[in-house]
Order: sequence, then C-alpha cells, then structure tokens
Amino acid sequence: MFYLFGAVAIVASLLVIAQRNPIYSVLLLIASFGALSGLYVLLEAPFVAVIQIIVYAGAIMVLFLFVVMLLNAPHEDTEEDLETPGVERRRLAGAGVRRFGGLLALALIVELWWALTKNGGETGAFPAAAEASVAAIGRALFTDYAFPFEVTSILILVAMVGAVVLARREPIAPAARRRSPGTPDLP
Amino acid sequence: MTPTLNEYLLLSAILFAIGTGGVFLRRNLITILLSIEIMLNAVNLTFVAFGRALGSVDGQIIVFFVMTVAAAEAAVGLAIVIGLFRHRASLNPDSFASLKW
Repeated sequence: MFYLFGAVAIVASLLVIAQRNPIYSVLLLIASFGALSGLYVLLEAPFVAVIQIIVYAGAIMVLFLFVVMLLNAPHEDTEEDLETPGVERRRLAGAGVRRFGGLLALALIVELWWALTKNGGETGAFPAAAEASVAAIGRALFTDYAFPFEVTSILILVAMVGAVVLARREPIAPAARRRSPGTPDLP
Repeated sequence: MTPTLNEYLLLSAILFAIGTGGVFLRRNLITILLSIEIMLNAVNLTFVAFGRALGSVDGQIIVFFVMTVAAAEAAVGLAIVIGLFRHRASLNPDSFASLKW
C-alpha cells in the first residue's frame, strides 16, 4: 500500500509540474493530496488524513481552481507571446536561472538520498502501537499549544483582510479623496 | 514488507525536490504556487512520519499549523496574483521585473 500511494503521489506531482494547463495541474495536485492522505492513514494519523482532504483538497485547491478560472489565462506564455522587446532579454536571463534550479532540485534529491541511505544501517522501524488519537491531539492542542493555536486565528484574520485589500478593484486613494467634503460623488 | 521511516523520508525528499524543480522550472505564477504547496506537503509527511516514529502527537499538531499557514499563504498569494494579472494580463513572472509601473 505504501508503494502504491507513494507512486501515485510522485507521478501526480511530476505531472503537476509537467502540465501546461493550470487547471489540470490543480486537479492532479488534488490526486497527489489524496495519495498523501492515504499515507497518513498508514501512519496511523487519521486526523491529519481527514483535514488533508477537507482543508487542502476541499478548500485550498478549490481556491486555486477558482482563481485559475477567474483569470481565464489557461496556458503559459508561449514563445510567440514573448516577442515584445525586453521580455526576450529577460527570458534569456531566466533560462540560466531555470537550468540552475533544475540542477539544484537534482542535487537536493541526490543529497537527501545519500543522507538517508548511508546513515549507518539504522532502519528506523516504527514502534508497534501508536499513541496518537484525535482526543490526544485535541488535548495537546488546547493545553500545550493553546497560545500558538490562538496566534493561528490572528494569522488567518490578517490573511483574510490582506487578501481582501489586495484583490479589491479600485485603489484606496480615490476612495479616501471621494469622502472629503465639497467634491461631487463619482459614479 | 512494511515500510520504515527511511522510506517515508525518501518519498518526502522526492516530493520536495519535485516542488523545488517546479518553482524554478515553470513560468506560470499559479503553477509556482502549486509547487510551493507540494513542498509544504512533503514537509508535512516528514512531520507525521517522525511523529509516528517517536510516538508523540506533536508532529501532527505541527502539521495542523503548517496547513493553517499554507491556507493563509495561498489566500494572500492568489490575491497578489489577481492584482498582478489585472495590471499586466500575464502570469509570466518574467513580465513583472519592474518594481513600479
């Protein structure tokens, strides 16, 4: 089961990177998250598995899908789109960065592979029974981690206000000017 | 054969490398944000696997916080993408090289 879920996660993630259409990328990422949720079940973490599906696949990915469809720009800029002056030069400069990035990812995987397989023969087998249950998670979350939990709510509030401010249509300055007396209301 | 901690860590390393490659190789802001989500999920898998190996719930609680931060990051990042797209009608990060327009 581990190998099945792992293969699904890796293949889906690779296809997310390989797709040119962001809608397919989002849908494949949801498949990858489903496989990861299965892995969490295998790790006896049912709470994480459930919120992986509900929060990640259900909420965050729907947000992504909503934005992809709102922007209605499904395809990446092709070479013809980049003929405007200046963009071509920057694109050539970016090619070096991309080659470096691919190399970096490859070096990262080789290094991590080396670190994990040459660690002196320790297999890292799991203990037989897991302590974690949803009740234990809740108890720890509201006792030891109560302060970070409350900070999280502030973070979400700030993110919500920030998203609304960033995505609103008109700039803020004319709205403030409009409120001053003597100027007629703009339509 | 039952998988050990090392195999979970290897899977997580592969997923993280895929996310890193996606951030650098792609030229679409939405796909770059999706690659960041892949990286966050690779780290989540590491946390849960270590928590299982150490027999504590702390790993799962940190995953909870990581998911919260990921949600906030996605909301703000997508709002920024919408604002950028309104100005330039492009999702290519190479078109946003100027700081002011």
